[in-house]
Amino acid sequence: MIRLLLTIIGGVLLGGVVHLVSVLGLPRIATQDAYSRLAAVTTENAVTPLAQTNPANALLPFMDPAFAMAVCRYDLSNGPIKLTVPVSQSYTSVSFYTRSDVAYYAINDRSAGRRVIELDLMTEAQHEALPEEEDVTAADRLIIDSPTATGLIVLKALAAEPGLMTQAQASLAASNCRVQTEPPAAPAKGKR
Amino acid sequence: MRLIFLTLLALAIAAGVGLGLTWTTATRGVELGTLTIGSWTARPRSGSNEIDPYARASIARSGELPIGTGDGITFTANSDDNKKLLDGRCDVVISGVTPPARFWTLTLYDTKGRLVANTLERYGFTSQEVVRSADGAFEIRIAARSRAGNWLPTSAIDRYVLALRLYDTPVGVATRSQKDAPMPTIVTTGCPS
Repeated sequence: MIRLLLTIIGGVLLGGVVHLVSVLGLPRIATQDAYSRLAAVTTENAVTPLAQTNPANALLPFMDPAFAMAVCRYDLSNGPIKLTVPVSQSYTSVSFYTRSDVAYYAINDRSAGRRVIELDLMTEAQHEALPEEEDVTAADRLIIDSPTATGLIVLKALAAEPGLMTQAQASLAASNCRVQTEPPAAPAKGKR
Repeated sequence: MRLIFLTLLALAIAAGVGLGLTWTTATRGVELGTLTIGSWTARPRSGSNEIDPYARASIARSGELPIGTGDGITFTANSDDNKKLLDGRCDVVISGVTPPARFWTLTLYDTKGRLVANTLERYGFTSQEVVRSADGAFEIRIAARSRAGNWLPTSAIDRYVLALRLYDTPVGVATRSQKDAPMPTIVTTGCPS
């Protein structure tokens, strides 16, 4: 009897361990997370507009239908990414997510303070490899460190009224996300 | 023989308890770092690096992308101020004031996070399009049949979820109570008997 009781207690304790391991492991093994769903419909290192959210089309759950959205799925292994997003009439924001859907940075048009949101996205290693002088001259350049080599950039523009949706979509269509090609930087790195 | 049986039993209990707990927490969520004001709840940390493991597991399972902290915050409600679950057949009125924000949107979803189809193609309101009275106050009527003013159709679904999203707002991790973030009230005014 006492043995059975010990077995049950042991089972429950072990269950706690199983629970912790599975909660921590779930983001790694999930196949239907936002990144995986968006990977199927987006191209790498390019801005892909998402279809407007409506009852028939729900790519992700709990999307705000008042926003026009576009996604740049990035891979920094070939170099840093340069992102430019023109600001739309009412509200524009850019959010960065890691491969495991953690939002690590977000900025909106007002905090960017310009007509065009301009950002450089790179891994920490690429940031450190930047020549120092360039870092100084680039003081007005916003550099963001990505914790992972791959991830998502989500661009959103608000259509404050349904009639403004086309305008918001058009403003996002003018945004750009591509791998930076800096021919002079590459040989300099090689010499050092 | 008995040892094998007991080991198997312990392992079976472990698997049942562990995976069961994970399943429940990932689908229902846990009260960890949640901010509750009236019937509205938000998870201010889920839009940052400080997201807790339970919230991570939950978004990995559901597939949603939380709003980044620099962008805004999402409050959701699935019951009215009297803790009555929101019912699509009833008349529900949302009124009062919203916390300071440059824009807000109010959206109606089914419990899985999909928009609810209706002939009007109206799934929510933005702070700019909502009709207000002279003093700036607003009242949104959520009902199955058309209502005067700001009508949000439910298509008479059983249960629904409301999401109030604030964009470019000081409301966030530091927010504690109604005083910092005055949320609108949700009142069920009548149900067809």
